[in-house]
Amino acid sequence: MTRKVALFVTCLVDLMRPRIGFAAIRALEAAGCEVVVPEGQTCCGQPALNSGDRDHAVALAKQTIAALEPYEAVVVPSGSCAGTIRCHYPELFEHDAAWLPRAHAVAGKTFEIMAYLDEVCGWRPEGVSLDAKATYHDSCSGLRELGIKAQPRRLLKSVEGLRLAPLQGEETCCGFGGTFCVKYPSISNAIVGEKADAIDATGADLLLAADLGCLMNMAGKLNRKGSKVRAFHAIELIAGMGDGPAIGEEA
Amino acid sequence: MSGFTDRVDLALADRILKVAVERTAGTAEAKRAVAVDAFPDFEAARDRAAAIKDHVVAHLGAYLEQFEAKAIAAGAKVHWASTADEACRIVIDICKAAGAKSVARSKSMLGEEIGLPHALAEAGIGRVETDLAEHIIQLADERPSHIIWPAMHKTREQVSALFKAKHRSPHEEETIAAMAESARRELRTQMLGADVGISGANFLIADTGAVCTVTNEGNAELSLVPPRVHIVTAGIEKIVPSMPHAIHMLRMLARSATGATLTQYTTFYTGPKRADDRDGPEEMHIVLVDNGRTKMREEGLAEMLRCIRCGACMNHCVVFRQIGGHAYGGTYPGPMGAVLTPVFDGLKQSRELASACTLNGKCQEVCPVRIPLPTLLRGWREKSWREGLEPTSMRWGLGIWAWVARRPALYRFGTGVAVRVMQILGKKGWISRLPLAGGWTRYRDMPKPAPQTFMNQYKKGRRT
Repeated sequence: MTRKVALFVTCLVDLMRPRIGFAAIRALEAAGCEVVVPEGQTCCGQPALNSGDRDHAVALAKQTIAALEPYEAVVVPSGSCAGTIRCHYPELFEHDAAWLPRAHAVAGKTFEIMAYLDEVCGWRPEGVSLDAKATYHDSCSGLRELGIKAQPRRLLKSVEGLRLAPLQGEETCCGFGGTFCVKYPSISNAIVGEKADAIDATGADLLLAADLGCLMNMAGKLNRKGSKVRAFHAIELIAGMGDGPAIGEEA
Repeated sequence: MSGFTDRVDLALADRILKVAVERTAGTAEAKRAVAVDAFPDFEAARDRAAAIKDHVVAHLGAYLEQFEAKAIAAGAKVHWASTADEACRIVIDICKAAGAKSVARSKSMLGEEIGLPHALAEAGIGRVETDLAEHIIQLADERPSHIIWPAMHKTREQVSALFKAKHRSPHEEETIAAMAESARRELRTQMLGADVGISGANFLIADTGAVCTVTNEGNAELSLVPPRVHIVTAGIEKIVPSMPHAIHMLRMLARSATGATLTQYTTFYTGPKRADDRDGPEEMHIVLVDNGRTKMREEGLAEMLRCIRCGACMNHCVVFRQIGGHAYGGTYPGPMGAVLTPVFDGLKQSRELASACTLNGKCQEVCPVRIPLPTLLRGWREKSWREGLEPTSMRWGLGIWAWVARRPALYRFGTGVAVRVMQILGKKGWISRLPLAGGWTRYRDMPKPAPQTFMNQYKKGRRT
């Protein structure tokens, strides 16, 4: 039976690193899914939600729900966007009898991509190899809102030749925090500075995570401090695209 | 008062502060993890602790009345204060009626919250802080920077210098034991000579009228038993139904705060000295303080009233670990402080605290009473937005972005343009200066995006 899934690309992947979206399609298809990319999607509204701008958060949530509800399942290559849809949409419509069931319905069938491939599809990458030493950062929303921890590690284990080096403080926030990093850049910098040092200390060639916001923050800091560590979204490696350009490398 | 960002800049520039915070919070984090692992089922214990507090907060009036009746029956006098000023006035009046020249105070964050040290000074009443860290703070004329370790921002080297400057017969040997001995010499005589002992309460036991304090130095006992009068100032949310409930909360408190199974001293004070008691105060006064708590319950902050002041949220907070407690500018720092400070100081004064958080959820994960701190902080952000307190640039920026994001075709056009602009600005894969994102590029590079957005490429038929 083919699973029909909608890919919610996320605004950051759409804008900054389309490769992650195509890697997601490739991995989902390898796992036996039929992937569609719904037209009406833009952003899930998380920046508005986290800034306290409830009206705009509600408007964007409605648009996203309407775009995604026709599909059997929705897969998202980001823990924080998936967390917004799964955990926060129902909260947003708590007092809206018309929209609450729709929010719940979409929340119930939306999955972070690592969880979907690992837990729903029970899939493992086959014939994918990359000779590299990588370290993994657990992004906060995925970890604490959705319990994403073992799933990416199980998937990455099937990438032949890939060795995972433990990262000291792997569950510690990288200091991105959405608009936090531009509202309080100096605090954010102090946090990501420590994270970059911890990443360098692993001696890994690659930094992996499953949220582009965090990855851009860490990769941007690593590059500024002259580190040689290259950053990828974990799905790129899992889909066999780990031999391409890392974040910040020209294609 | 300087602004939040000024205080943050000062804190970030202070490398000694960073060392001091890291030493204490880092140790606390590691010890808590060990203690929680060793606990049979900490998650179930957290559920129970949260349920106890929720039950009490839902039936606050009934438990407070029960507590009052039992405390009076035990011989204590109970006072009610709705505001900080009223609470201070009650304490000062009791001190004056007792003819007190000096009071010995056992560390209490509620005392800080209501401004008691200041009120005592204004009334001309001498104050001896008997908690070692509070003693350090008093000598340095500062404010606590942490709710468990008020002097967390100071290194032992700084404390040594302070003692040498201020103590009458300071330590000579540079050891912690010698420094503690110096403080003991300084404090003991002052403690024993005080007319009134003032404490807070970690718990109020409704069915016995007892007040519970916990310390690791025994200073509460030494400050509260010898004087003629003992005054307790306690927030009304400190109540628990009975002793078994208090014991459960104590197990959670010590482990979450320091990783210890129990504090060195845990004392229950039930009324003043009885006829056959060998010691104890002649009078015991309990001042029950509201100071915004009833309003919190009514205005969506009931969950915050679960807080048992353990400090785990700040010990595990990435922001607190960088800026320390003083930068928050309120009585309570860290995540719990960011939720509480707008209640006491007003949202206009303190709206930035809720924003200066990455919403990473670690605080909620370690909270022994499962307070949804990120949700409560989001609530303040929402209120701040609704009341128009957020900067105009933010309101406009987000407004325009959301307006465009609600029009997918226009949004595709806009992102297409944005990508082309960033293409021009990027060199060798990276953008080192990006207009409108200076906060980002001041400290880190921005990766140059691909020449076309995902949606554009997908539309043109690219699939993998």
